Amino acid sequence: MGTVVAERPAVRDSGLNRLVGQPEGTRPPGKRWGKAPKASTGVERAGDRAARRLATAAGATILVALAGVGLFLLARGLPAVRAGQGDLPEGATSFWQLAGPLAFGSVWAAALALLFAIPVAVAVALFISMYAPRRFAGPLGATVDVLAAIPSVVYGLWGLMVFAPMTAGLYRWLSDHMGWFPLFAGKPSATGRTILTAALVLAVMVLPIIAAVCREVFLQTPALSVEAALALGATRWETIRLAVFPFARSGIVSGAMLGLGRALGETMAIAMVLSPTPFLMSVRLLNNTNPNTIAASIAQNFPEAYGMEVNALIGLGLILFVITFAVNYLARRVVARSQPGA
Amino acid sequence: MPKAIEIASLNAYYGSFHAVADVSLTIAPRSITAFIGPSGCGKSTLLRTLNRMHEVIPGARVTGSVLVEGQDVYGSGVDPVLVRQRVGMVFQRPNPFPTMSIKDNVLAGVRLQRRRLSKGEANSVVERSLRSAGLWTEVRDRLDKPGASLSGGQQQRLCIARAIAIEPEVLLMDEPCSALDPISTLAIEELMAGLKATYTVVIVTHNMAQAARISDKTAFFTIDGARKPGRLVEYGPTAAMFSEPNQQATADYIAGRFG
Ligand SMILES: Nc1ncnc2c1ncn2[C@@H]1O[C@H](COP(=O)(O)OP(=O)(O)O)[C@@H](O)[C@H]1O
Ligand SMILES: [Mg+2]
Repeated sequence: MGTVVAERPAVRDSGLNRLVGQPEGTRPPGKRWGKAPKASTGVERAGDRAARRLATAAGATILVALAGVGLFLLARGLPAVRAGQGDLPEGATSFWQLAGPLAFGSVWAAALALLFAIPVAVAVALFISMYAPRRFAGPLGATVDVLAAIPSVVYGLWGLMVFAPMTAGLYRWLSDHMGWFPLFAGKPSATGRTILTAALVLAVMVLPIIAAVCREVFLQTPALSVEAALALGATRWETIRLAVFPFARSGIVSGAMLGLGRALGETMAIAMVLSPTPFLMSVRLLNNTNPNTIAASIAQNFPEAYGMEVNALIGLGLILFVITFAVNYLARRVVARSQPGA
Repeated sequence: MPKAIEIASLNAYYGSFHAVADVSLTIAPRSITAFIGPSGCGKSTLLRTLNRMHEVIPGARVTGSVLVEGQDVYGSGVDPVLVRQRVGMVFQRPNPFPTMSIKDNVLAGVRLQRRRLSKGEANSVVERSLRSAGLWTEVRDRLDKPGASLSGGQQQRLCIARAIAIEPEVLLMDEPCSALDPISTLAIEELMAGLKATYTVVIVTHNMAQAARISDKTAFFTIDGARKPGRLVEYGPTAAMFSEPNQQATADYIAGRFG
């Protein structure tokens, strides 16, 4: 005669090397929670009302702040678009001569940084969430979080004093052996203060944020899918491909967008590491002459700017604002499209 | 008599918790064997030791041996990945890959083993597997729709199709109908009679009538109290077991006089 013992949950909630944060696997990737249902009586309770008003107010505040920033940038920045020589920083003859190369530099540096950072961040997050033995996973995760919080001046100092000198030799080698590759053309910098160095420092800066977001997302993988993959004879890596990545896709993009925001807006690290050349638009990575970025240029020119120059710098800010929106929007579109049944 | 699975002195643990104690039994090929018994008696645990899915839980371990077609799946140097390709599994809750189409779900396991799969081969694997799973006529013209768009019963049959697409020797099913309505349950029971021709099937079920209807042999497990290990009480041909069980515990359980 036995005893009936309470049935444990249908889904094992215990681990699979912590692949199983979300046992039910019901929340589709990238979808937000639906609207909370109205109370069935049609009468809203006091707590519900308070919560709804608070949430609405918070949402509205963000929109108002965003609109405020946008309006400010438009009102103060637009006049500079028609400004001519003498009114603009760095002796530019037109606003676009100033803005074009800087916008290019911002996007170029940020894109390079993400190119380097995303694969490494995903690998780090995979290691922490899937491969690391339990007793390392916690401390490692905490370390990544701390890295994400280090101020950028510190990265800038490190980039300028430690990293850039280290890269000079590598750049000479790349130039000698792979100079035929267009990005490596031209005379290599002896100081290492190139756009490539700046992008690498940016990559190190944004890596922890992306890794932290990815790790959280990977831990949310539904256990049901993980077991499905394992039971089909998937290796660990195949399980990650079958069960983990499909869920994580939109989360990885979110992490990358956070990283991109930080990379596009970064001033100190770029301003300290890069040796910029005004009005230069070039994809060469190893030279002493480099395009500057919008954020660094604003920071460098603002202290001495007055009159129309200030408007021009605010106009640059407007362009950065627009770039951020555009990239974010495009990335969201790509994720939404790649989801079947969406 | 040829033996598809021989379980010998098998013990399963979760950390220090002894979940299954000293089970030995032999399962004939191309038969359906039902594991029955009260909740928590270790049926799922035992089932998962047969394809080495038990050990994916941290701290879980197994002693004893499980021979599949004469080869010890716990032998040294045996790759659990290869064991799971030979011993397929269907879970309690339908778990198609939610972001994949019906077709890609069926092919998921096949693609792990064979990188290059021509379109024709892929189509024939999909059709054959879905036919065996009794799902082909229902989904043939929406193979590119997400697996998650199917009903629960259809999803479970999709999972069966996915499991048999890689042509395992053994198919393990852990309460495959417990999340389904009676009509879907019937569909799966009907399908199992056909699966038996090709596969050795082991099914855990809570449903006594289901065990009686579909299985050739039944193993009855029980547990002597909370935190005690589950053990095998009786194992034999289903018909005999349900009409005249050898053990009082089995008789009580079958009669519903339990706990
Ligand atoms: N992941 C787990 N971690 C720890 N204990 C578990 C785990 N899964 C099951 N158990 C325990 O093992 C025993 C057998 O469980 P299980 O094999 O699921 O029983 P059944 O399938 O017969 O209901 C139960 O006491 C259960 O609580
Ligand atoms: Mg069970």
